[in-house]
Formats: sequence, structure tokens, C-alpha cells
Amino acid sequence: MRTREPMLELREVSSAYGRIQALKGISLQVHAGEIVCMIGANGAGKTTTLMTICGIVKCQGGEILYDGRPIHGTVPAKLPPMGLCQVPEGRRIFPRLGVEDNLEMGAFFRKDRNQIQRDMDHVYTLFPALRERRRQRGGTLSGGEQQMLAIGRALMSRPRLLLMDEPSLGLAPLFVQKIFEIIQEINDKDGTTILLVEQNANIALQTAERGYVLETGRIVMEDRAQALLDNPKIRQAYLGE
Amino acid sequence: MREGEYKKLWKAYAIGLVWLFCLLWPLLGIHEDGTLSIQSAFTVWLYVFGGTAVILVLYLLHKRGALAWIGRPVARLRDRTATAGRVMPGWVWITAVLIGALVFPQVTNRYAQDVAINVLVYICLGLGLNIVIGLAGMLDLGYIAFYGVGAYTYALLSIHFGLSFWLALPVAAFFSCIAGCIIGYPTLRMRGDYLAIVTLGFGEIVRIILNNWMTLTQGPNGLLGIKPPGIYLPAFSDGLSFVHIALRKLPLLYYVILALAVLTVISVHRLNYSRIGRAWEAIREDETAAELMGVNTFMLKLLAYAMGAIFGGLAGAFFAARMRFVSPESFTFIESAMVLSMVVLGGMGSIPGIILGTLALIVLPEVFREIELYRMLAFGAAMTAMMIFRPKGLIPAKRVGGRSEEKGGAGG
Repeated sequence: MRTREPMLELREVSSAYGRIQALKGISLQVHAGEIVCMIGANGAGKTTTLMTICGIVKCQGGEILYDGRPIHGTVPAKLPPMGLCQVPEGRRIFPRLGVEDNLEMGAFFRKDRNQIQRDMDHVYTLFPALRERRRQRGGTLSGGEQQMLAIGRALMSRPRLLLMDEPSLGLAPLFVQKIFEIIQEINDKDGTTILLVEQNANIALQTAERGYVLETGRIVMEDRAQALLDNPKIRQAYLGE
Repeated sequence: MREGEYKKLWKAYAIGLVWLFCLLWPLLGIHEDGTLSIQSAFTVWLYVFGGTAVILVLYLLHKRGALAWIGRPVARLRDRTATAGRVMPGWVWITAVLIGALVFPQVTNRYAQDVAINVLVYICLGLGLNIVIGLAGMLDLGYIAFYGVGAYTYALLSIHFGLSFWLALPVAAFFSCIAGCIIGYPTLRMRGDYLAIVTLGFGEIVRIILNNWMTLTQGPNGLLGIKPPGIYLPAFSDGLSFVHIALRKLPLLYYVILALAVLTVISVHRLNYSRIGRAWEAIREDETAAELMGVNTFMLKLLAYAMGAIFGGLAGAFFAARMRFVSPESFTFIESAMVLSMVVLGGMGSIPGIILGTLALIVLPEVFREIELYRMLAFGAAMTAMMIFRPKGLIPAKRVGGRSEEKGGAGG
């Protein structure tokens, strides 16, 4: 697996908010078909990493390669058509648009109406609760349903690589379990590669194959997920033991 | 409501009245010679006291349920009309309004037609601004600049080149669009309050240019001698020939602006329910999320700005043709504020709402011409009341899943 070219590769990527350096040379690789997770404390640079990949935060140094091609100069709007989509932190659905309109926005760049309809049915099968509420405004959904909507919206772009930022944020434990089952399912059945950022390190490492540990803008550890789960240092710092 | 709450309410009311009197006395009581009298302030205060006391008593009776004998039939009537409204399809309303608008000049006098033309011009402006504010969610305080650009474009073309109104219309739209792009390109990187301030500045810049570019616009003197729109009618007196008729009469001008307004309504409706309209709304809701979904937010915001400018420019060209005189005075900030109020009052993003809001803000001041002095006061009070009781506007925009139903009709 390691011998193949990675789907996404970050080489010494750095970025900043004004004068504050947020990423100080991040290097990571995501291979096709994997679930990779990044864990770290608040302010470690997890969200910034995803936003830099998507071009929302400007990449100031290093290289971001997607399918072997550099994408750090690409405008954000060009990435979803290339199969790279993000489920942003805090869900960020469109609250005053209907559930169905939210999903349609995920397929904004696509012109194939029939396929879009089929994908929408696929999302409704994954999340039956959304079908029931398709006529409601996105903002009237519960937190868990909004997270489903955010994931569904991203799936509407038919991503090959899905970036997910804190899918468990603010959800009840039961919902967290459910969301991670869905993530597993998307990976297994659709073959979507997933780069996951989580504070809930336990469940994230159980789902992922490999993991990176971030600390103040740097990657301090990289290993198989199971190895990280067994690592006493990680257990102490991130799993609360 | 318990007894204690009544006491609290009456106490607040009493304090309010005393405070009002303290404010009124120096305002109304001071005379030119420096003396202070209590008479005029006291009479006004008594009127206010009487009016509010009646309202308060009615409100308390209503709270206790003593007015149920009126309230119940009213509620039943409202329910019944609501069902009737739902049963009656939209096209019935539209045809009724359209027929009313078509026969309007036949049954009314000059004055009413003049007001109606004004309403229609502002409907075009309101709907244009609605694209920018209601759909794309950008607060634009300098919108009237595009109205000015459209008006001056037609004025100059008509005076110097004798271009007809109909040919000048697309040119005016084009120039406003260019102006929109020029202003939008540097400003649209900003969001929210910053954008509002910058557009306010650009609106003033356009007005000041019109005011000072003496060689082109003749500055504050304005431009005279603009031709009214004309049409060619076939005449059969000797063979087939065409006679040019200038539309100087108000009823004819009314039909021209009615056509423009209908065109605007149809275009804005189509835009609203298109793929682009949905993207605009997504940008309004969450710009970053829209960008993550593959929306080129900068281009779409610029497009919204340019589209809004085009409708402003069309209305402006008509304004010049109708007044046959333009001067920078017509394009001041207060005009931008008026159009903005119409959009907010009617309901952002809702076409019938904006039409109603425009109607209210143009017609009501005409009705209250009698109390000229207090017009702005009443205007302010009405806006305040609106924001408290109907913050989403007279007819709020509703589109919960509605758009997805109408997939076939959307062109984008």
C-alpha cells in the first residue's frame, strides 16, 4: 500500500492567520481507500490543516498534492469538481434553505440531473431522518440531523476524498456512534477515502486505519491507529487515562 | 395575568407618561421670545394620554379574555380567507393584479397616475436591490448610484446623439452593469458592515462626480431636453407608412414603466428559482460553506451586484425619459435608504412583499399629505412598529423546499 502514490500528500505545509503561525510544516499522506484521522488538542491546527487543503486558508509554504498534482494555488471552488470535498467544523449547513436545497447545493457544480436525483436517494437511504424532513428548513433540524445533512451535502458532490472536521462535535453519544458507523459505511461501500479530524480520539482511532497527532501546528506522531490507541503517552494525553 | 403584573404594567405606563411630558414640554413649550408655556405641550400630552389609555385598557381586556366575543369571529374569518387564499392558485392573484394595473389609467386622474408611475419605478429598483440584499445577502447602501448611471446614460445619449429610448435601454443597462462591476470588483472582498460602508461611499462618489463633471453633466444645473420615449404606429393614409409618436402623456408612460416592471418581476422570479438563485442564498447563509461546495463566491457576488445594477439602470433610463430632466439631486443617499426600507418593510427576498412594501411607502405619504409636518415622524414610527411586530417583512419570503418542487421551470 505504501508503495503506491498517495491520493493526498502534504509536504512541509505552513500557513498563518495574520502574524500568528498556525501550521509549521505539516507533512502527511492519505492513500486511496483509507480512513486517516488527525487528533490533537484545541488550537493544534487540525481545522486549519483541512481549511488549507481546501484553499480557504492560504498555504504559505510547502506543497499540497492531490492525485500527484499541486493544488495549493487552486481556488477553493475548483476542488469539489476534482472529487475533494469537506464537511466543515460546526456543520455549517445553510439554515434558511430547505433540506433538499442544502443537498442540491452539494451538487452545485454538477449538471447530470438524473445522477443527482439518484445520489439524493442514496443520501436519503443513508439518513432516513432527512427524507422525513426534506421540506423543512435546515436550521430547524436537531444537531445530529444537521450533521447528517452536512455529510449528505458533501456526499452529493460524489467525493473521492472526503475531509471531515469534528463530526462528533456537540452530539449525544448515541448519535456519535451512529455517525461513525455511517463514516465506516461510506468508506466500505462507496470506497470514499476519508481524512478525519477529531477531538473524540477514542472513537476516531477505532474507526481509522492510521492516525496523526498534532501539537501546536506540528505533527508529533504518526502510526497505525491501533498502535496509537495502545501507546501509553497517547492514552494519557488524549484518551483521558 | 396575576394582580402584581397589572400593577407593574400601570406603573411602567405612568412613568412613561411622565417622561413623555418632560420631553414634550421644552420641545413644544418654548416660544421665540424665550418664555415657557405649558399650554400646547399639555394638549398634545392629553391626546397621547387619551389614546394610549384606551389602547392599554383594550389590551388588558383582551388579556383577560373579555374581548373573545369579537376575537373569535375575526379569527374564524381570517381562517376562512386563508383557506380561500390557499385554494385559489397563484395565477388568479397575478391575473387580477395585472388586469387592475392595466385598466388603472383609464379610471383615474393625472395625480393618481403620477403616483402609480412612481410606485412602478420604485418596484423596479426594489426588486433589483432585492437581488443584492435579499438573495446574495450583501448590504448595499449606494444602490441609487446605478439608477443615476442609467438616467444619465439615456439623458446624454438622447441629447447628444438623439438615440431613441428603446435603443438606449440596453445601453443604459450595459453601462450600469459596467458600473456595478467596477464598484463591485474591489468592494466585494469585504463582508457585512464593511461592505455597507464602502458601498455607501461609492454611491456618494457617483453623485459627486455627476455634480462636478460640469462639461459632461452640467453639474447641479442638470440636463434638459431629454426626449420622451416614442413608438412607431402604422398609418394607412397613403399606402403603408409609420408615424412616430412621442409618449408624452402620463397614461402612455405608465404603460411603458408597467412593461418594465413586469419584465423585472419575471426576471427576478426566474433568477430567484434558478440554480444561481440558490447559490446566492447559500452565499448569504454561509459564504465559506458555499465556497467549500464548489461555488465561486466572488464571481457570483459580482454577478448579483451587476444584475441588481442592470435593473437599477433600466429604471433610471425610464426616470430620465419621463422627467425629461435629470440632476444629481435625484440620486442622493436618502433615495438609497428609501429603496432599502421598501425591501426590508416588504420582506427581503419576497417579490409580492417588496411590491406591497413599495406601495405602502409611496402611497401612504401621499395619503398623509395633510399632516405634512409629521410625515417623517409617522414614517419612523411605522418602521419601528414593523421591526417589532413583523421583523421578516409584510409578506415574508417562504421557500421551504419549494424550490426543489419547481425543478422544471428553473433556467440557470
